[in-house]
Amino acid sequence: MALDWLARLLRTNSGLVIGPDKSYLLETRLQPLLQREGLDGLGALVERLRGDGPRLAQEFVEAMTTNETLFFRDVSPFTHLAAHGLPQAAASRPPGQPVRVWSAGAASGQEAYSIAMLAAENPEALDGRAVRILGTDIAQTPLGRAKSGIYTQFEVQRGLSAKRLINHFDRVPEGWQIRAPLRAMCQFNVSNLLDDPAPLGAFDIVLCRNVLIYFDEATKRAVLAALARQLAPEGWLYLGCSETAVGLCSALGQCNAGQAVYRRAGTPC
Amino acid sequence: MTDAPLCLVVDDSRVVRKVARRILEQHGYRVEEAENGLEGLGACRRTLPRCVLLDWNMPVMNGLGLLKALRSEFGPDEPIVLFCTTENEIGQIAIALESGAQEYIMKPFDEEILVGKFTQIGLL
Repeated sequence: MALDWLARLLRTNSGLVIGPDKSYLLETRLQPLLQREGLDGLGALVERLRGDGPRLAQEFVEAMTTNETLFFRDVSPFTHLAAHGLPQAAASRPPGQPVRVWSAGAASGQEAYSIAMLAAENPEALDGRAVRILGTDIAQTPLGRAKSGIYTQFEVQRGLSAKRLINHFDRVPEGWQIRAPLRAMCQFNVSNLLDDPAPLGAFDIVLCRNVLIYFDEATKRAVLAALARQLAPEGWLYLGCSETAVGLCSALGQCNAGQAVYRRAGTPC
Repeated sequence: MTDAPLCLVVDDSRVVRKVARRILEQHGYRVEEAENGLEGLGACRRTLPRCVLLDWNMPVMNGLGLLKALRSEFGPDEPIVLFCTTENEIGQIAIALESGAQEYIMKPFDEEILVGKFTQIGLL
């Protein structure tokens, strides 16, 4: 009963779906929260959530999110971004207007900073235009790390070449910190993909990678439709390599079979 | 197995050599070992490996000394050299890359990091 109730709350508040075969995740991932709150089990957590305000509900959702990320994850989307996404986005913008990028499901920021590194490495492709990257996530804790731009030695060796490490990072007492100019390109805010993203404005590039896999089909459809609405007319959407919008969102057209790259339906690739 | 690419692991730590060997053999490499740079240079002269996983601080000849000898003798591209060392200052990494190493791994490392670095530069 407690497992079912918690799974329903999770889906309602975040869109995240925990199937019966994954219910063990509720038991394992919530242990630290139970200890912090002095609760002796999931039943007690349910009772506290019924009566408590949004704080505990937010902490519950955060405890259940998967924040796995790394720099230049899967490589090929960033190759496409450097060769096509960023230069074409820049070309579609009037001089002086920045290229706007949205990293949806940013977690601890490695994806957003990967894009910042690409922008720093390809100034000629941007033709003098600035790049503004918004990283959003439902979980506050990893966003706090993203804002600091500080990563451990393990994290900076996942997906990052040694050349990029010394070009874009400084050694600091806590580990490695991405340099100030790249931090300045990025802003990180809490945002729920179930909420209307219209206030965020239009984006030339949207990345929502390895997030949809945690949603059911109805939520995937709703989120994809919302992402499509936020795309600038010539914008690009990047999903995770195992994800697809085909059959889920008619407003999007797939650009490259095998790559999860999309544009608004009807926009040439 | 003789068609498998060869990686030379040069490290004065038997444990590091053993761990690296296990990982690399699981991913299809043949592995030879050397305890210091001079042994490593001799091994390369006998059979040039595809790549060298190279510690920095070793007796007799350190890693930088071996790298410079390899580049002088065999050129800039072969064998591919990845440092694997506890040295983690930016200056050290820069020296390694400027001296001709293709990649740099900071210890401690795990299988994911080692395999990831090998994959990044086309060795896997």
